[in-house]
Amino acid sequence: MNGHSLEKLVQKDYQYGFVTDIDTDTVPPGLNENIIRLISAKKNEPEFMLDWRLKAYRHWLTMKEPTWANVHYPAIDYQKIVYYSAPKAKEKLKSLDEVDPELRKTFEKLGISLQEQERLSGVAVDAVFDSVSVATTFREKLSSLGIIFCSFSEAVQNHPDLIKKYLGSVVPYTDNFFATLNAAVFTDGSFCYIPKGVRSPMELSTYFRINASNTGQFERTLIIAEEESYVSYLEGCTAPMRDENQLHAAVVELVALDNAQIKYSTVQNWYPGDKEGKGGIYNFVTKRGKCLGKNSKISWTQVETGSAITWKYPGCILQGENSVGEFYSVAVTNNYQQADTGTKMIHIGKNTRSTIVSKGISAGHGQNTYRGLVKIMKNATGARNYSQCDSLLMGDQCGAHTFPYIEVKNNTAQLEHEASTSKIGEDQLFYCRQRGISSEDAVNMIVNGFCKQVFKELPMEFAVEAQKLLGVSLEGAVG
Amino acid sequence: MLEIKNLHTTVAGKEILKGINLSVKAGEVHAIMGPNGSGKSTLAQVLAGRESYTVTEGSVTYEGKNLLQMPPEERAREGIFLAFQYPIEIPGVANAYFLKTALNAIRKQRGLNELDAMDFLSLVKEKMKLLQMDAAFLSRSVNEGFSGGEKKRNEILQMAILDPKLALLDETDSGLDIDSLKIVSEGVNALRSSHRAIVLVTHYQRLLDYITPDFVHVLSGGQIVKSGDKNLAHELEAKGYGWIEKQEAHIQRV
Repeated sequence: MNGHSLEKLVQKDYQYGFVTDIDTDTVPPGLNENIIRLISAKKNEPEFMLDWRLKAYRHWLTMKEPTWANVHYPAIDYQKIVYYSAPKAKEKLKSLDEVDPELRKTFEKLGISLQEQERLSGVAVDAVFDSVSVATTFREKLSSLGIIFCSFSEAVQNHPDLIKKYLGSVVPYTDNFFATLNAAVFTDGSFCYIPKGVRSPMELSTYFRINASNTGQFERTLIIAEEESYVSYLEGCTAPMRDENQLHAAVVELVALDNAQIKYSTVQNWYPGDKEGKGGIYNFVTKRGKCLGKNSKISWTQVETGSAITWKYPGCILQGENSVGEFYSVAVTNNYQQADTGTKMIHIGKNTRSTIVSKGISAGHGQNTYRGLVKIMKNATGARNYSQCDSLLMGDQCGAHTFPYIEVKNNTAQLEHEASTSKIGEDQLFYCRQRGISSEDAVNMIVNGFCKQVFKELPMEFAVEAQKLLGVSLEGAVG
Repeated sequence: MLEIKNLHTTVAGKEILKGINLSVKAGEVHAIMGPNGSGKSTLAQVLAGRESYTVTEGSVTYEGKNLLQMPPEERAREGIFLAFQYPIEIPGVANAYFLKTALNAIRKQRGLNELDAMDFLSLVKEKMKLLQMDAAFLSRSVNEGFSGGEKKRNEILQMAILDPKLALLDETDSGLDIDSLKIVSEGVNALRSSHRAIVLVTHYQRLLDYITPDFVHVLSGGQIVKSGDKNLAHELEAKGYGWIEKQEAHIQRV
């Protein structure tokens, strides 16, 4: 293709391209270098970002979609996905009053009125609606401590050095099919920087929401905790009903320096599809933290109740000496949901420790797979791991699978692995009901008890939300 | 209070109860004794609403209502309590939470206010004294890691708190050492009252040394073959269940 016809093609796409209805600014479906240039240009990105995206895209073209996961779905046509959709560009917002009232209504329906958030909860919210952040609260309070908490796009504009230094340092653009796709086309996400010695005075929280139909969501989050700092980050999601499957391929990178601690909690409740499994979100996410400094600690806690398919392995690279990685997970699959989730703990430094607690709950026709890797490298003398994988089955149409992988290259390592599979017993249910407790409440109680080890790792208000979610997710699971 | 007429039940196609007749009034304590496999536990489970048993014939009336049509939780809320022979473990669910949920479900049915945490706690602590239970018990998971004695004591504690009208105690004495047996029996005795009926299911006479029944029934082959007062239990203890079975055989021959 010569330069001239390329230009024509761009023109043509552009001509038909922007499906600008009242509120949304959308590029045409499909993926090529021009779309990537367009995304980068629309976001007014510096050169290095565009280069990085293009490198990722070119690498992606050489990759094949992975098939090793224990999940099944019809082939995704990546040329049918719309890669950019943004609420109509407006002047920069100075206060919440400037947010589109329609948008505000939606947030209120989701129970996340920003006003209330600001006034009552003491949680700073970086609300992502579709792909662009529309409002950020508490920024001033945080910035007085030197904490940067903003959208990824803003960080690219205002803190390009930090982005340049850390972007892709944990999840390189070559990492895997979905992460590479994300690197090429991601539109926004969150950025968080905690300076040396600072303890974030509040839990930082982002609510994601998928809105525009057929828009793949490609979020990217980067959190950097400098020496001696601490941050607790909450990620929570809801999504409205959808008929078409929606691809979500996010990337989260965490970096913890000497003596720093990052606690990352997720409650994920995306549309799981209807009772026959129609619709629902495909959640193919790459999350990884790097304990770069000595004595650093990264904890992942996740409660996964939504999505038609979950493919997710939040992991820790334990590079610094004495660093600690933790993974606490509850994954629920009901109806026709499928989940293949777990963690990777890569022990590189001396005396590194990791803990894995995974609780899988399967109901209906749900398929729940735990897949985890514990890798002890040659120099990781004194490394220790404790893994516990428990599965709970409800009914006889569902499935639970466990694939623990262990690679040990240092013989001083100590690893423990415990696994159990149980069924919500007839006996347990009868016992509860004989005490006057309804079947539904009994199931909730038993399931919550099963998940307690994980819930206690969540911040209080999240734990309450998670318990409710579990109840809703398993409604009607036991007749 | 409870009227059982010609009750037949099967489990997995096998008939276990073959025509039980029994009448229990408020304030009475009945002991149902019998050899292993005679159907004692089945009777207790059927009355509590266990769904794996099928009632093929007969009727059970409880306070004028058809008991067999009620699901287990409704029976519980109407005042039927079963102390399990093998109490079930529920990992991760604190005893206090479990009990409070159960109590409030039952109180609601009785038109009473739900108890708040403070009131509940003072009620539980009072009842725990009765059964000599440690305060740490409240935060432990339901029956998880409990010794046999602790499990049985927990059942009686639940009974004390839920204040049933009809308590069915299924082999509450099994697996108890003598000290626990005393504590549990004292707990049960303290709960005897004119508005409550208690049905004890037991294999041994031992329990009846501590809890004196008003009536003793002997269950054999799915039927009540002999009824009497507490002396029947002593007689059984002395002569063994073989005595009843021989008598029965004799009656059949005649």
